[in-house]
Amino acid sequence: MRIRALAALASVAFAATACGGSAETPSATQTQAAPAASTPAAGGGKLVIWSEGAKRTAALKPFAEQFGKENGVTVEIKEIADNPQQTFVTASQQGSGPDVMVGAHDWIGNMVQNGAVEPVNLTEEQKAALNPVALKAVTFNGQVYGAPYAVENLALIRNTTLAPDTPATFDEVVAKGAELKKAGKVKEILCLQVSQRGDAYHAYPLFASAGGALFGTTAGGDPDPKQVLIGGGDSVKAWGKLGELGKQGVLKASITPENSIATFADGKCAFLVSGPWAMNDVRKAGFSYDISPIPPFEGGKPATPFVGVQAFFVAAKGQNKVLAQEFVTNYVTNTEVAKALYQADPRPPALTAALEEVKASDPDAVKFLDAGKDGLPMPAIPEMAAIWEPFGIAEVSVIKGGDPAKAAKAAQDAVEKSLRK
Amino acid sequence: MSAPSVTKAARDDTARPSGPRRREITTGFVVTRIAVLGVAAALLLYALPPLVADESWPAVVVVCLATAAIAALYLTRRFVPAKYLIPGTVFLLAFQVFPVLYTMSTALTNFGDGHRGGKQEAIAAIETASLRQVPGSPEYALTAALKGDELVFLLVDTKTKQVQAGTEEGLSPVDGAKLSLTGKVLEAPGYTVLTTAQAAARGKEITGLAVPTSGGAIKANGLSRAVESRAALAYDASCDCIQGEGGPWRADESRGYFVNDKGEHLAQGWQVNVGLANFTRVVTDPTISGHFLAVFAWNLVFATGSVLSTFALGMAVALALHHPRMRGTKIYRIVIVLPYAMPAFAMLLVWRDMFNRDFGLINSLTGLNLDWLGEPTTARMAVLLVNLWLGFPYMFLVTTGALQAIPREMTEAAGIDGASPWQAFRRVTLPLLLVALAPLLISSFAFNFNNFNAIQLTTGGGPFDVDNTQVGKTDLLITYTFRLAFGTGSAQFGFAAAISVFIFALVATISAIGFRMTRKQEEVYR
Repeated sequence: MRIRALAALASVAFAATACGGSAETPSATQTQAAPAASTPAAGGGKLVIWSEGAKRTAALKPFAEQFGKENGVTVEIKEIADNPQQTFVTASQQGSGPDVMVGAHDWIGNMVQNGAVEPVNLTEEQKAALNPVALKAVTFNGQVYGAPYAVENLALIRNTTLAPDTPATFDEVVAKGAELKKAGKVKEILCLQVSQRGDAYHAYPLFASAGGALFGTTAGGDPDPKQVLIGGGDSVKAWGKLGELGKQGVLKASITPENSIATFADGKCAFLVSGPWAMNDVRKAGFSYDISPIPPFEGGKPATPFVGVQAFFVAAKGQNKVLAQEFVTNYVTNTEVAKALYQADPRPPALTAALEEVKASDPDAVKFLDAGKDGLPMPAIPEMAAIWEPFGIAEVSVIKGGDPAKAAKAAQDAVEKSLRK
Repeated sequence: MSAPSVTKAARDDTARPSGPRRREITTGFVVTRIAVLGVAAALLLYALPPLVADESWPAVVVVCLATAAIAALYLTRRFVPAKYLIPGTVFLLAFQVFPVLYTMSTALTNFGDGHRGGKQEAIAAIETASLRQVPGSPEYALTAALKGDELVFLLVDTKTKQVQAGTEEGLSPVDGAKLSLTGKVLEAPGYTVLTTAQAAARGKEITGLAVPTSGGAIKANGLSRAVESRAALAYDASCDCIQGEGGPWRADESRGYFVNDKGEHLAQGWQVNVGLANFTRVVTDPTISGHFLAVFAWNLVFATGSVLSTFALGMAVALALHHPRMRGTKIYRIVIVLPYAMPAFAMLLVWRDMFNRDFGLINSLTGLNLDWLGEPTTARMAVLLVNLWLGFPYMFLVTTGALQAIPREMTEAAGIDGASPWQAFRRVTLPLLLVALAPLLISSFAFNFNNFNAIQLTTGGGPFDVDNTQVGKTDLLITYTFRLAFGTGSAQFGFAAAISVFIFALVATISAIGFRMTRKQEEVYR
């Protein structure tokens, strides 16, 4: 009996693999073909939206459903938790992707080179209603690729009980932090996440203020991947400046994404460099705080943070492009949606009208926006991906006392090499 | 109930090898047969309609033949060896041979970001991405309508309120249309206005309709707006190139890009066969070959160290618990297996944070101020330690199992012969254990050789030398090459596949040597 059961089991499995294996190629075409055949018969379309983050997905749900009701279609909204951009690009290629994708604007370059998203046509009035930085961020190769809804950037968040005065220069931040640490009032001079791998996003404002740059600019003002400046002359000075901060114990590899906000919320450091996403924890901590732009070094350039924009994208390979365009260009660009998304996840809205309404109840949103007013929209070119890791590694190296010139050269080599391939 | 009959039948078979096989038809036999064939038939029924709808006739034939073959194989009394062999072969093909072949064939392409699809897809993406609204073109409110069976765009110029009908032939004026306040057409003589839901259901047709104009074409932008746009780039089959802005961009089939005279390329590329280029890159690229030996050496140390340390600790614990005077072994066993039962992914991150210099548990418990993951030596010790914690329960489990199979009389006999406990362990228990466990140690080695998570989630390959951001001190070949293929810039699946072929060859060689050595050892003890 046992042998027979085993044989039966094996043959069941065999049947499964035999059919599954042989039908593999056709089944791929089948998933593409079947909806095409069934759409007219079904009587209504179906709009599939993918979004990152549980809160945002939940906030979008009522609006997605309302859109579905108004247009007589079913709307399916799905949260993509892990590596949403790669998931989206891969799924799109296989024809199993969504119609609308929600995500960060710096994905645009990679999504465009993979033919995964289409330009979005906004009217002049719609464009005028948006924060100009947000519109610039979603513009790639002269085309608008997404409908922006939120803007985020770093700012200096300060515990006003410990440090009542707004610092005018970063040197003041360091001095005040060191003084508080000496007096035993705080444990760390500054909470700016670095971690063992470095963190280019959080280090960039200081790097820029000390004169560092990543790419040159093209005639059109876009970042130019042909000119890598991460290891250039002025950048070497900037690396040296980061090294000094490391020596003073201002920047530390032990401060990580896991502990920087928590340490600040515990009152163990007076200054935190972070973004709107930190505010829920900061408010819960209960002390008084203020938000100001990251101040530049004395006599340095402005400490420009990266500006990230959250946007809705129309998938190029979606099943229902017309509905996707309708949803992205005519529906989510309204104030109500922007406000609801803001309430779920407090990033300042990209719509000026929505921001005005939010302002009254939440002054923080405006302060963040102010801090990012002169910020650099995060380069959306695919080449930007080559920056993060070498930058982070160089950052940790100089913080630990490594020679800035060597670190700069190593980063420059690594970036150039990976772009040349 | 049927077990004795099977053994009897089997015995009969061996007694009369040349005679015809006889099988008793039992209930279990019938039920399993029906189940198998039922599943096969169900799969056929499930697969056929979409295949027929898609007119993929070769696939239909393959599915039918496969089902027929299954039926023939399991309905008849013949082909008994095939009944067992074929499922095994299919599994081997599906889960071993196919993935290996697929990886190898991917290694011959430039598959990766920018080169995911075919050339036609790239052309389509280039053309749509270059669509620009015609400057000064009017803003149109769109209403989808039907004229007879044909889809028509009713376009209202939002400024002049002039109504036109757009078809594939072009624009024509419409008279007597009633407009809503928002500028949509409510009704128009001769046209059936579609409701939003009806229009949404015809999404594909609406996307497909382009109304030609002198400046370009009017296309729907959602259900309520239409835009007149023109493509700045267009494919020209006569020169196999893209004409337009910055062009001509000629197709370069060796790179999978459209390239212009300046050497620039359009962003959207396609997948092409690059031959052995990925393999030669692995061998010739100085960033890879230059650091290969150092990384390989540490990789060997890591894999061997992990296997030996986990085995030593696991075996020590197993021996302790195996002692006849040990009490409460069940509780101990449960506790010891816990690290094995917890998700390694989360545990690795927890360990990483425990090693944090200023905020970590380890420094605050021991009073040390070590930058554990920041210095080469301590970082290497730390990853080995973490891997020991994660890995020893497995070794404990397998050693416990193997110990049960060694009769206690053997060690007792050794004791009577005057051997010390150490000698008894060294000369009797360990060799017998190794005979059973050596293959597991080899597989553990192969696993740890490619233990991506253990490094990536703790140190990320770091710490790095100041003048080298490419290779970290705890990098394994797999984490190092992962950084090359995916870390900087875009995903390069073709290159990654080539590297995994190399790593596969390395691990296979080392394992083969290991198995050969154990076989010799077994012969010695036999």
